[in-house]
Amino acid sequence: MKKKFLSVIGFAILCRFQVYAQISKDTANLPKPAYTSLYTPVGQDSTNYNPRALRIDEIDLVSSYYRQTGDHSAVMGGMPGPTGTQNVTDFSNGLNLNLVWLNQANNKNTLSLGLGYDHHSSASAAYVALNGGGKPGGTRIYPSLDWTVENAKTGGTFGIGAYYSGEYNYKSKGIDFHWSTKTNDKSGEFGVKLQGYFDQVTLIYPSEFIPAPAVSQPGTTTTITTASGVVETLSSGGQVISSTKNSLPTSPRTTLTAAFSYSQQINSRLQVMFLGDLVTQSGYLSLPFHRVYFNTGKDTIEKLPSSRFKLPVGVRLNYFLGDNIILRTYYRYYIDNWGTRSNTASIEIPYKVTPFFSISPFYRYYDQTAAKYYAPYEQHSPTDTYYTSNEEYAKFNAGFYGVGFRIAPPAGVFGWHNFHELEIRYGHYTQTTDLVSDVVSVSMGFK
Amino acid sequence: MKRMIKISACLLLIISATSCVHLKEYQKSRLNDSEMALTNRKVEKNELNFQSYREGASGANAGKTGGGCGCN
Repeated sequence: MKKKFLSVIGFAILCRFQVYAQISKDTANLPKPAYTSLYTPVGQDSTNYNPRALRIDEIDLVSSYYRQTGDHSAVMGGMPGPTGTQNVTDFSNGLNLNLVWLNQANNKNTLSLGLGYDHHSSASAAYVALNGGGKPGGTRIYPSLDWTVENAKTGGTFGIGAYYSGEYNYKSKGIDFHWSTKTNDKSGEFGVKLQGYFDQVTLIYPSEFIPAPAVSQPGTTTTITTASGVVETLSSGGQVISSTKNSLPTSPRTTLTAAFSYSQQINSRLQVMFLGDLVTQSGYLSLPFHRVYFNTGKDTIEKLPSSRFKLPVGVRLNYFLGDNIILRTYYRYYIDNWGTRSNTASIEIPYKVTPFFSISPFYRYYDQTAAKYYAPYEQHSPTDTYYTSNEEYAKFNAGFYGVGFRIAPPAGVFGWHNFHELEIRYGHYTQTTDLVSDVVSVSMGFK
Repeated sequence: MKRMIKISACLLLIISATSCVHLKEYQKSRLNDSEMALTNRKVEKNELNFQSYREGASGANAGKTGGGCGCN
């Protein structure tokens, strides 16, 4: 009884101290209470708060390790066996920074800055040189920028983005405009994205197709021009007087995409999204280091048409089943004018062990018919107009399954308040072409 | 038969979409759950990348339609 009495007295004293967590500028000017208080006004911190100011909204880091095996590489024209190795390892890292501010009309502005860095080793790349002595790997860097404005009243958005990707044999520049609008009751949203990619393919040919060095001998010096663009001038004694390296020739490739989407909330547990893209590609759509072996035994370089039209349409349907199971489903049908038809269907079932921790097993099925320009190793005829033995264009089925984990506790991951989300995901992929791969990814979100 | 299934699935979805109910904000707690987002997960980014290079199909929100690498 005495303890309870003392507790009540102690609680009453604490209430009298009026320990405030926060105070605004206006209340700071109120007359001081006549009684003792632990509170000391700290006007500086609270008066500088500006909801319009630029602030970091989120930082995301995504890293992946990918490993692949196979033995029908496009570089060797689908040749089976060790020289057709498709072994690849790839280590990818991406950083995304979202900056947010409000403009005068209270519209939310988001500036997204992205930077990606991949390092890969590709066993087939070594066979660009027929003896397997070529460079077996490389790096890719891809920065991106996007600015989106969201209308505070309607919820509609408008934005523009820019993108670059660079590696030793391929450069790509991209730009996009995107726009979305919501229905009056805000249960549906229609979106459009117009994208253009303007790429340059470096013309690196298999070693047997590289022209022999051109040699000229005006006077006492000799000039050698190699296929890789090196020009050397030699003295009559064979010593190098000068050496210059010109860049390798490139060929353009352009991709234009109009992507449409419509999402709709059906009821308190179900929402759906319809998606459709119109894609047109033009330019150099082959890759210069992909071989094709004819049925005569002779080889040449892959040759594909200079235009392609693609039409993928898809639907996503997510359903909250019960209190802790979610069904995430996706289906896509794809058709193009190279003769490929494809179905993709996937299902993921996140199970919420707690409100902040979920386990998500998933399965993805994929099939496609062969493009009309594809034939396996040594099955093309020299009279064919177009030819490729790249198994990306073959008829095959593929399965991809695995599991993901997501942790997002309110106090932050591992108790670190800014570390708001952690996702880890593993997947195993098999194609009926004998290509097998594994990928493990980690995503970390900071606020 | 396959075509009939696809057409039926599309019709079902269209009917579902037209029979949707108006929801108040407090009724959207499940729809607003991060697992219910109608997008790919951030952690899937590199999976979609390799799938678009190993498969003939891409786009419709599962893998980008152009740009990127000259992978082999």
